[in-house]
Amino acid sequence: MKQTALYERHVAAGAKIVDFGGWAMPLHYGSQIDEHHCVRKSAGMFDVSHMTVVDVSGHDAGAWMRHLLANDVARLQQTGKGLYSCMLNEQGGVVDDLIVYRSGDNAFRMVVNAATRETDLLWMSGQTAGFEVDIRERANLSMIAVQGPQARELCAPLLATDLTDAALALDSFESRCFDGDAELFVARTGYTGEDGWEIVLSAVAAGRLWDALLQAGVQPCGLGARDTLRLEAGLNLYGQDMTTATSPLRSNLGWTVAWEPQDRDFVGRVALEQEKAAGVEHRLVGLVLEGRGIMRSGQAVHTEAGEGVVTSGGFSPSMECSIAMARVPAGSGEQVEVQIRKNAVPAKVVRPPFVRNGQIQRR
Amino acid sequence: MSEVPEQLLFTDDHEWLRLEDDGEVTVGITDHAQTALGELVFVEVPENGTEFAAGDACGVVESVKAASDVYCPLAGEITQVNETLEDEPERVNNSPYDDGWIFRIRPADATVLDSFMHTEAYQRFLAELED
Repeated sequence: MKQTALYERHVAAGAKIVDFGGWAMPLHYGSQIDEHHCVRKSAGMFDVSHMTVVDVSGHDAGAWMRHLLANDVARLQQTGKGLYSCMLNEQGGVVDDLIVYRSGDNAFRMVVNAATRETDLLWMSGQTAGFEVDIRERANLSMIAVQGPQARELCAPLLATDLTDAALALDSFESRCFDGDAELFVARTGYTGEDGWEIVLSAVAAGRLWDALLQAGVQPCGLGARDTLRLEAGLNLYGQDMTTATSPLRSNLGWTVAWEPQDRDFVGRVALEQEKAAGVEHRLVGLVLEGRGIMRSGQAVHTEAGEGVVTSGGFSPSMECSIAMARVPAGSGEQVEVQIRKNAVPAKVVRPPFVRNGQIQRR
Repeated sequence: MSEVPEQLLFTDDHEWLRLEDDGEVTVGITDHAQTALGELVFVEVPENGTEFAAGDACGVVESVKAASDVYCPLAGEITQVNETLEDEPERVNNSPYDDGWIFRIRPADATVLDSFMHTEAYQRFLAELED
């Protein structure tokens, strides 16, 4: 298994290590439920160095990104601004989801999933015909996500003093590079539904920052808490809530597709327009279980419009009940039943997020 | 290293059994089992009065990760269940051999108790698993 630059620190902190897409990553450091609450109430940090950072430059970088992604990087007017997008295949299926930041007039930084690294890089290089573009993976960089209501205030003093103010001034989905080769990069983004930063930096700097954050009282958090936090925040997990077999329209990601301008020819556009015209048959919804039990991915969902399936499910530490995302027929109502082993258990259909900025959104 | 108390019997499904003075048997899951499962968030106990055959699935323990069946280690009738686990499943993590007991059963045939592992045998069984 591959190890991140912080691996030894995880082991020393007593982490339970698991294989995640070929990476030896911490699942938890004792209690993933406690880690979850730390992020909702104070601050937690995640080693996300396994994620893939890709820098794109060259004469046609902007034009190429507008071709590659379903969202439109032309919306990123200023350097530093970022947006969430799907990268589609010609059939409109999701190859991956990612965040892209404008890092210059004709330069972009993408952060894509670890498990899809190879397919993504192959897919990207396969889409370059006719474009003058340079795609550079930054495999040697590390990445730490600091998340929670106190994350920024605890982390800011640990950055070099001349960076603190600039980092604190970042808006949501805004980033800033602090050196020429983008080896220190701070973005006000995350995967938890809380405020915070994702920081890309060199391996040496990552070790120093991790130690300093630990000293400052920031809780190390593993993949377990990362999953329950993102589920509560209503954020899709690639490979589970959407895949190459599902379009963004049936994955609650229609809002990330930039239809205008109509002449922008992005990969998958034709298929999505056909699907939209024909009527989208399924939608991805949130479920809150009203009976006893825990919803899990793969369980059947009985609705008045036919069968659906749970794509992500589990126990919500914030709500102390089971929540899920499920793909259901478009005409299904607000009340469904989830097949949990022998029992059909009632569940309410809600619109994610379930929890945002520490507050439960819906019961 | 998992805790394995004396005076209990063990199954290879990582359940423990304690023979009570009245001939009934209390059943729970072992420290090794709760550690492997991770933090429990849901427990479904069997219904009082139900009769099970040996090996029947009679309950469920679910952790943050996954669901696992609890198997009835011997034939008999359920006489008591630990209902507190419905609200406090974490008792199984915190006290697997005591507060975290799951149910009590009246064995149809007490002689089957001879077939379970004693403490030392279970410790060897765990050691082999870890190899």
